[in-house]
Amino acid sequence: MCGIVGLLARKEDLRERLGEWVLPMLACMADRGTDSAGLAVFSDGIDAQARRISLYSPDRKYDWEALAKALREAVRTDVALRAVENHAALVTAAAPAAVAEWLEKRDPSLRVLSVGRSIEVYKDVGHPNETASRYGFARLKGTHAVAHTRMATESAVTPAHSHPYTAGEDFCLIHNGSLSNPHSLRRKLQKRGVRFETDNDTETACRFLEWRMREGATLEAALQEGLRMLDGFYTLLMATRDRLVLVRDAFACKPAVVAEHPAYVAVASEYRSLAHLPDVKSAKVFEPQPEEIYAWRV
Amino acid sequence: MAGVVTFDLAKQAVRDLNQFLHHDLSRNGAMEVRVLNPNGRHSIAVGVDAPVQVEVMGEAGYYLGGMNKQARIIVHGNAGWSVAENIMSGTVRVKGCASECAAASGHGGLVVIEGDASSRCGISMKGVDIVVGGDVGHMSAFMAQAGRLVVCGNAGAALGDSVYEAVVYVRGSIHSLGADARREEMTDKDCATVAELLKKAGIAADPKAFKRIASGKTLYHWNVEANQEY
Repeated sequence: MCGIVGLLARKEDLRERLGEWVLPMLACMADRGTDSAGLAVFSDGIDAQARRISLYSPDRKYDWEALAKALREAVRTDVALRAVENHAALVTAAAPAAVAEWLEKRDPSLRVLSVGRSIEVYKDVGHPNETASRYGFARLKGTHAVAHTRMATESAVTPAHSHPYTAGEDFCLIHNGSLSNPHSLRRKLQKRGVRFETDNDTETACRFLEWRMREGATLEAALQEGLRMLDGFYTLLMATRDRLVLVRDAFACKPAVVAEHPAYVAVASEYRSLAHLPDVKSAKVFEPQPEEIYAWRV
Repeated sequence: MAGVVTFDLAKQAVRDLNQFLHHDLSRNGAMEVRVLNPNGRHSIAVGVDAPVQVEVMGEAGYYLGGMNKQARIIVHGNAGWSVAENIMSGTVRVKGCASECAAASGHGGLVVIEGDASSRCGISMKGVDIVVGGDVGHMSAFMAQAGRLVVCGNAGAALGDSVYEAVVYVRGSIHSLGADARREEMTDKDCATVAELLKKAGIAADPKAFKRIASGKTLYHWNVEANQEY
């Protein structure tokens, strides 16, 4: 069991308070998983050339200032830093691949959680409420966010095995369910040069979809292929720079409820995660159909 | 009104409500319990065994009215997974829609979903009667053993897969029938059955417009020549 939530704000005032509304959604879904939690938030893009890189360190007292200073010297360009304990977001116009390579050499314990113009990812093991309060989820602003609470069933409980998973830029995926063929699919992708960080089934789905999109498919087309290729049970919630996308497998035995309102679109594993949302009583509340792709634009 | 007890789940726990319904009804003399601010909470009014009316004023979560005996439970909103699971008697009425596995394994009583019911409605039902005002999702009445499922709207894929002695009546379209489910002639007796259930449910529809789906009974005995293909 896991819990998934997502909120896309259609009104400016809701975007200013996105974290305030997402936090109770996530806290409620802590009942569905307390092994780890994570959140991806999307906000208006930074400069076209720049990228925001979310980083995780196993050390809660990590010296991010020193890292940013060294990176500035290495890439000879500005690096903006925002850090909370073992999480940091770097904004720089340096090439993301070069930065990632430099980071790996400088400190292999660091992990890149996300790269993009809009996305920022936070995730860690431990109770979702603890993670949310440590990283200040309630203060986050943005156009949309997805968040996950994990009860691990198929792979280890580590920060790297927490959701959201990301691949490429400005794309993330969270998952409730379990895949039965992730290893064979992973081997196929590895032969095509796709690199993996964990043995987690969700990472396989995430990298499969991103690989299809990199090859030119739209997310919808990639998901149509995914419906054929991914065997198992899943409710998948994805986010890109400007969209929130939801799909359930053919059996649809992993739950999801959607609330569509003029001010927002909200998705959660259970209705009780949506009950606190403003004016939810006048929202269109429904259960997504199996194998149907739902996409909402910012 | 005398005999009405109100629980506000914004302030009180579901456990307090269920404790009251299980142990304190007769002492209190309550005939009606109103549940405010359910907000999708799970296990509201499960295991009730008393002729009480429970009105849930909003959306219920999972397992509402599970194992119900005697009680008349009304949800003024939607209900989550497995509403009225294993109901024994009494009635559970959902004014909105119900999620998956509505009335799963129900042994008796009546379950009315005025809106749509999701997949696996009436799965493994064992004598309960179910009336759905709207559609039912895929795999409804899967392995249904006894009772009647009346669907006023459409039915999703694999309706009545491996159905035993339960009978399904559908007014609208059927996406597909499951293994061993087959369409049969509506007899006068079937029309009378549907009319009676619709009346109990308070839903107006012409019984003659329904199709009867029941077991072809080809799975009752092992068929060595089927080569595992059904």
